[in-house]
Amino acid sequence: MSLVASHAPVLAIIIPLLAAPVCAMLRGTTFPWFLTTVISALSFAVSVQILLTVSDTGPISYMLGGWAAPWGIEYVADPLSAFVMLIISGISTGVLLYARESIAKEVPPHQLGLFFSAYLLALAGMMGITVTGDAFNIFVFLEITSLSSYVLIAMGEKADRRALTSAFQYLIIGTIGATFILIGVGLLYMMTGTLNIADIASRFDAIADTRPVRAAVAFLIIGIAIKLAMFPFHVWLPNAYSYAPSIVTAFFAGTATKVSVYLLLRFIFTIFGAEFSFGVVSLSELLMPLGVIAFLSMSTVAIFQTNVKRLLAFSSVAQLGYMTVGIALASEAGLTASILHIFNHAIVKTGLFLSVGCMVFVAGSAYLKDLEGIGSRMPLTTFGFVLGGLALIGVPLTPGFVSKWYLVMATLERGDFLGYALTAGMLLSSLLAVIYIWRVVEVAYFRPAPADAEAREAPLSLLIPTWIFIIGSFYFGIQTTVNVGFAEKAASFLMGGL
Amino acid sequence: MIFFDHFNYWIFVILLMIGLFTVMSRTNLIKKMIGLSLFQISVFLFYISMGKIDEGTAPIVVEGAQDVVYSNPLPHVLILTAIVVGVATTALGLSLVVRIKESFGTIDEEDILAREDKA
Amino acid sequence: MEQFTDIFLMLLLVAGALSVLYVRNLFVATMLLGAVSFIMALIFVSLDAVDVAFTEAAVGAGISTVLYLGTLALVGSDEKPARRRALVPLLVSLLVGTALVYATFDMPAFGRADNPVQTHVAPRYIEESPKEIGVPNMVTSVLASYRGFDTFGEVTVIFTAGIGVLLILSQLRRRREDEADLTDGPDTDTNMDNDAAASASPAERVGSEHDLVPHVVAKLLIPFILLFALYVQFHGDFGPGGGFQAGVIFAAGFILYSLIFGLHFTRQIVSTRLVKFLLALGVVLYGGVGVVSLFLGGNFLDYNVLSADPVAGQHLGILLVELGVGITVTAAMIAIFYAFAGRAEGRGNDIN
Repeated sequence: MSLVASHAPVLAIIIPLLAAPVCAMLRGTTFPWFLTTVISALSFAVSVQILLTVSDTGPISYMLGGWAAPWGIEYVADPLSAFVMLIISGISTGVLLYARESIAKEVPPHQLGLFFSAYLLALAGMMGITVTGDAFNIFVFLEITSLSSYVLIAMGEKADRRALTSAFQYLIIGTIGATFILIGVGLLYMMTGTLNIADIASRFDAIADTRPVRAAVAFLIIGIAIKLAMFPFHVWLPNAYSYAPSIVTAFFAGTATKVSVYLLLRFIFTIFGAEFSFGVVSLSELLMPLGVIAFLSMSTVAIFQTNVKRLLAFSSVAQLGYMTVGIALASEAGLTASILHIFNHAIVKTGLFLSVGCMVFVAGSAYLKDLEGIGSRMPLTTFGFVLGGLALIGVPLTPGFVSKWYLVMATLERGDFLGYALTAGMLLSSLLAVIYIWRVVEVAYFRPAPADAEAREAPLSLLIPTWIFIIGSFYFGIQTTVNVGFAEKAASFLMGGL
Repeated sequence: MIFFDHFNYWIFVILLMIGLFTVMSRTNLIKKMIGLSLFQISVFLFYISMGKIDEGTAPIVVEGAQDVVYSNPLPHVLILTAIVVGVATTALGLSLVVRIKESFGTIDEEDILAREDKA
Repeated sequence: MEQFTDIFLMLLLVAGALSVLYVRNLFVATMLLGAVSFIMALIFVSLDAVDVAFTEAAVGAGISTVLYLGTLALVGSDEKPARRRALVPLLVSLLVGTALVYATFDMPAFGRADNPVQTHVAPRYIEESPKEIGVPNMVTSVLASYRGFDTFGEVTVIFTAGIGVLLILSQLRRRREDEADLTDGPDTDTNMDNDAAASASPAERVGSEHDLVPHVVAKLLIPFILLFALYVQFHGDFGPGGGFQAGVIFAAGFILYSLIFGLHFTRQIVSTRLVKFLLALGVVLYGGVGVVSLFLGGNFLDYNVLSADPVAGQHLGILLVELGVGITVTAAMIAIFYAFAGRAEGRGNDIN
């Protein structure tokens, strides 16, 4: 046990990373899935341990290769990274419980070993980005995540060949984003001579007022914004989410963009520092309008979608807008709301995508025209979707309400006209969410099912994990001490820590 | 020679612009990949130029010699990794292009968009 | 003098890049890209980055070009005239370029020994690594030890690309083959290969059967290529080279063999199953060294604990992880080549 405790930060990453090649060698349909699920659960257990340790004793630093930073690569688990690691591995494990029967329909049996290997690599990559304390190491793990996600998205091609073009589009845009991050890291390295995040941060103030640093800020923010699908760099996301296999969409919806939000927080608060980011280069004036446009325009666009997966994907871009606004408020309250929304939205959106996955499993399509009367054909699944929809809109007693409440409090805290305008905008966006969720509800309950459609519920192996997420989201909507507590801790660490 | 202080970096910027322009303006998917490779290669030049010291030599210990100036090995290591990432991206991108050609019968973005709706 | 050679090469680089942009034939564009990579490698040599130059020449000018050519053989090499307005891309590129040029004026001057890059972290590598690690090539020390975890990530990237290409290109082409695959079962690798040799017409096969000169030259060259790869693998501590370059060269030997003698024969020597195994083995070997150091009481990838003498431990660790890199890179390159070449034979389903 002491081995686990003293090496926890690196174990959370190397367990999935080393299981990936093993998984690639496995044949059969059940075994690769089983191994992946166990590994993901192990990684989750380690993440829980890390979060508990960090909340007790403060940030953990781990020197890879035994070399002291900044010469070697350092891993740092602090309240923020530990919380995000918990979200990633938790979502991944929940989605995997669902995966076995779902993926069997979408990927040929002889490819399952390689498919789950790619899944593990994506998981390890995201965990690695979160815990690393080295700017270049971020790029390496970002690329592991990206390359495996291009592959996973392309695996949707058996159902729809457009999965190929969306994977390609994501590959082009994602590589440009990652290269922008690489240029930004290079500029910072050029000015500071180091790649260690804490070391860059400590040398940052001396060089903050130079042109290469300003360019570095621009390249890093834009590169991360592309990866984050922040408006107007979001074009790849709806395509990728619509055509990827159901479990891939559910997994990425809960994790991939959240990791990018984490990176944004890490660079803005830990490296640049709040004072520089909001005082000197006034990032608020850039991020705030983008966030507002994102949640207003993307909620509107979502209303006009005919494919439920695509509708939810646009809704994700809108929700990312809330997180952006929370960051742009540059206050501890706004930051808390943003981090809380990472957690709450991850669990709600994953539940929603899983319930759509159930519909696709039975009805064979996510288009609204094929889901008419699905409410009577699949009562449990559809009810789950409706509950998830309520949580997304932000009805009281749901997590969506809790994080929006915190965000509204943070905007009103400003006490100026902008604060009220933002509150009004968020209310409007929630109304738009009511409309797009209602469109699905209307088709599901108020249109007659086609005469030849059989009434069949999704198998239990799909229903149970879906409901775990739905019930879980209500649990965290009512019993908010856990998620709010960790989010507050992370926010106060970011504002005061450095 | 003030002009040459930043010459390498300007070449990096020019290459980067050509690469980025190729990716965004061309509709042929292979041409896009070529542009993307160019875009990535330009960054290599940026990093490697940073590590160079005038009158320096490659960072491999010269036995018995005194006062040898070695260039910085760290950017070299980083770019080795970046080159690997580049070829990995190229391989994946091209394999997607092959599959797109088989599924859609074309590798021109505009034609694909026209055919997508008739899926 | 040297400075002017550099400037000339860099201008050549720009000229090459511009012609890549404007040329309509994709085959020519690919060749020009290879040339740009090669010129870049020359510039790297004059910038003292010999390891990087080696890799760029092997990968950028070598493997990448092979991949592009393989793709062109499958999809055709004509580019349609652009119908899209180029104004927005032009403006975006100019904006990005302007931002960077704006930044260059404050940048530390090129080549000065007192730049932050040279004074903060790097001196430790240059001054201490010969003592701490005992390897003359500092790039190898930093790559495999100080920043060994980055390199572990790099091996994983290559592994990801390998399995990714296998996954994407082993997708069945038609529904009809779907059923055939189900009845064939998984263990049909060798039957299928024999089958391919028997049924495929010469034109369909990769490789040429009739050209005597390439056959003889290849037979002479391949042993030396493989030998050179081994030299690069194990001499990486002392000179430029290491697992990555060696893997690429090793794979190049096999690719040459396939091109000349046919994919079918290469598959008999190195089956797809074996390639997949090696692909995984390299990553496991690298990670395994890390795990062993965990159990011996060190941190992950701490080679000091591998042996009683830290320097000997470092040597052992570097040797093993470089071997892991070499194995995975070789296997990944061969796997990617098989996948593309298998597609050319019109038999996408026998890759797995």
